[in-house]
Amino acid sequence: MIELQPILVALRRHRLIAGLLVLLVALTCAIVCNVAFMIQERAALIQVPSGLAENQLVTIDSINLDRAANQVARHQTDLAALRMIPGVESAVAVDALPFNQNDWTNGIGLAPEHNIAIASAFNGTPGELKTLGLTLVAGRGFQADEYIPEDSAHGYDGLNHVPTAIITRALAERLFPGESALGKLIFTTPNPIRVVGVVARLLRPNVGTGNDNDFSILFPMLPDTRDVTYVLRTAPQDRERVLQQARDVLYRLDGNRVVRNDMTFQQLRAKYFQRDRTMMELLIASALGLLLVAALGISGLANFWVQQRTRTIGIRRALGATRGDILRYFQTENFMIVALGVALGVMLAIVLNLVLMEYYELQHLPPWYLPVGAAALWLLGQLAVLAPALRASHISPAMATRNV
Amino acid sequence: MFSYYLALAWRSMKRGPVLSALMVLAIGLGIGASMTMITVLHVMSGDPLPGHSAKLFVPMLDPRPSSQGSAHTGLRGAPDAFTWTDAMNLLRAGRADGQAAMDAGSVAVQPMREDLHPFFERGHYVTSDFFSMFGIPFLIGSGWTPAQDQARARVVVLNAELDRKLFGNSTGIGQTVSLDNTDFRVIGVVKGWHPQPMFYTQQGGHIFGESDQFFLPLQTALELKLSFNDRMSCWGNGPDDRQSDRCTWLQFWVMLDSPAKVAAYRTFLDNYWSEQQNSGRFPRKDSPPHLYGLMAWLAHEQVIPANLSMQMWLAIGFLVVCMLSVVALLLAKFLRRSGEVSVRRALGAKRRDIFAQFGVEAGVIGVAGGVFGLVIAQIGLWSVRQRPDGYAHLAQMDLSMLISTVLLAIAASVLAGLLPAWRACQVAPALQLKSQ
Repeated sequence: MIELQPILVALRRHRLIAGLLVLLVALTCAIVCNVAFMIQERAALIQVPSGLAENQLVTIDSINLDRAANQVARHQTDLAALRMIPGVESAVAVDALPFNQNDWTNGIGLAPEHNIAIASAFNGTPGELKTLGLTLVAGRGFQADEYIPEDSAHGYDGLNHVPTAIITRALAERLFPGESALGKLIFTTPNPIRVVGVVARLLRPNVGTGNDNDFSILFPMLPDTRDVTYVLRTAPQDRERVLQQARDVLYRLDGNRVVRNDMTFQQLRAKYFQRDRTMMELLIASALGLLLVAALGISGLANFWVQQRTRTIGIRRALGATRGDILRYFQTENFMIVALGVALGVMLAIVLNLVLMEYYELQHLPPWYLPVGAAALWLLGQLAVLAPALRASHISPAMATRNV
Repeated sequence: MFSYYLALAWRSMKRGPVLSALMVLAIGLGIGASMTMITVLHVMSGDPLPGHSAKLFVPMLDPRPSSQGSAHTGLRGAPDAFTWTDAMNLLRAGRADGQAAMDAGSVAVQPMREDLHPFFERGHYVTSDFFSMFGIPFLIGSGWTPAQDQARARVVVLNAELDRKLFGNSTGIGQTVSLDNTDFRVIGVVKGWHPQPMFYTQQGGHIFGESDQFFLPLQTALELKLSFNDRMSCWGNGPDDRQSDRCTWLQFWVMLDSPAKVAAYRTFLDNYWSEQQNSGRFPRKDSPPHLYGLMAWLAHEQVIPANLSMQMWLAIGFLVVCMLSVVALLLAKFLRRSGEVSVRRALGAKRRDIFAQFGVEAGVIGVAGGVFGLVIAQIGLWSVRQRPDGYAHLAQMDLSMLISTVLLAIAASVLAGLLPAWRACQVAPALQLKSQ
């Protein structure tokens, strides 16, 4: 049984040092809780699945500089040549792609002008589903006679005539909760669009922290702007070679264009998240640094305490206290100080979170972070005090009789 | 006495090398992290045009109808760009020593050289005063005249890098370059002009990093329908027309040589505002015209990304925790030497002397921590330079930052040493001697 009374008395006599420790623990707890949350937010973002066969895709952008040309025909010619490259299983021309930030958003509803959700539109040439590796969970793909041009020259008028669409499961559940979306009509303009298929997932071109990252809709519309993205599917080991050849093929067909962003899909993803990854590394480094420095402070003070109380410990040992008693004394003392610090720290963490939400668009700190953060600091405190406490428990009872 | 304290500090550090090293480590980590971010923010808030910036101003008018965003957005929602109508009116009035309207754009450069494929390049579409106002240094040639503005001349000024890329070592002056299927004559080459931040760019554009590689007349760009990059916001009914008075999209800058002229220009703006109100424009009475200086404008536009200032506050929080730790460690170190203190006190040292002694010792740890912090900050800045952001290349430490790092470290450790030193000098001579 540990007597709390002597610990309390000792703490009251060392209010300054105890207060310092409480403050140290509180600040560390407040910052680390928030930093850990920011790390977790970014880690979840970076790993968000796209729904694509990521390791088999390469992409290449082409911008035709001849505005007068028939762009749909140009894309067809390019695609025919790209499909001839050895190792290319299939190729499509698309406008939007996860992570390419070409985000054309439309309100979607079950009646005109009654939007239920905002979704990103994906348009591409026939074979888009198969090439991207999207998983159809219900319905069918588009049929050849459903395809029409986007008609970008007239404000993307194709949207007013497109007959069918394929939506993601997330969007289907938002639009038709608890029922099948197949065969139902949806509206983004007065034109009714029939849902013919549902895919498991397709990430929007821009990713956010909300729960609408998968609100995507595929239309059977052919891209007809001069700026287009070609997606090629190939074996993972062929990707670099295929990219190089694709570049050459496009320039050989027509030199009056800009070819850019030629990269594997995995490089596209890495590029999109580069800032978040940097920030995450920075946050991890600072959280570890904070914990290290706080541990330094705690063990430094514990060390000092043990040294200062050498005589007292000797007397206690001489009066019959076991080594375990001494060890537990210091551990309990540390536990109590950290408990005070954590209590203050939890409040500070909430305040800090509110400040961060005000100025830096941080989300609400989930409540379970607080007990986890508190437990982490308790553990840290116990680890930091272990060495000094062990040293204290090895002080011999004879110390009581010595002068120094 | 100071050198004696230094000697005492040195001896004390040698006696407890691990504890001293830990303190240096803590101070160094905190200082290194803080100085990395302070340096980044410092270089980003620097003056982009030293010697010139005091003469440059941004007038701002709020042409929105009173219905738009009135209730809660208030002045915060005010546009940071000009309509074509107002820009042309102020340009024609010519009340400043120089005035120019501009917008960012990008064009496809189609090189004559066989070995180069077409590529996109960023630049600005500007009016003729742009070059003289901003004091842009020409390698050869010059800008264009107001008459050429009106004539929508096919002329272009290149920055040194693009010129070298297209024409090699001989400059392209007088030559033709094809931009978006139109031939332009090169009439000037700029001597590598890279103001950082690119103050005349709209906020949210490429304000740090790669600078403009070409400049061509604004009216020419409009006529050719080249692609404009800055945000355009429109209101009311009708098509989004760049030349209407319902769309803001242009940046407008004026040069004013003296405070008297600044005051005169303010009056001119106010008068223009009330005149236009009389003819039915500018319905928002709560949003009078503004005239911002260059540095005030950059502050108003908040050119520094929010995540950077968050990183700085995180680093400063880290420094505070480091300092608390050092306070704890110093307290332990100083109080452990109560015996030594009481002997010195018994031999006649005043409290002030003890305080000074421990203050010096804290300072010595600060110097060591500062040097270590410099190393950490250099590593931190190196890692910032690896970022993909436009500001990355700016992350360099200059002499003033170098000195501030060491000074901040000393200040931090002396501050951290105050409390422990005060506690140490409370030691009474007799009592401690008795207990020995």
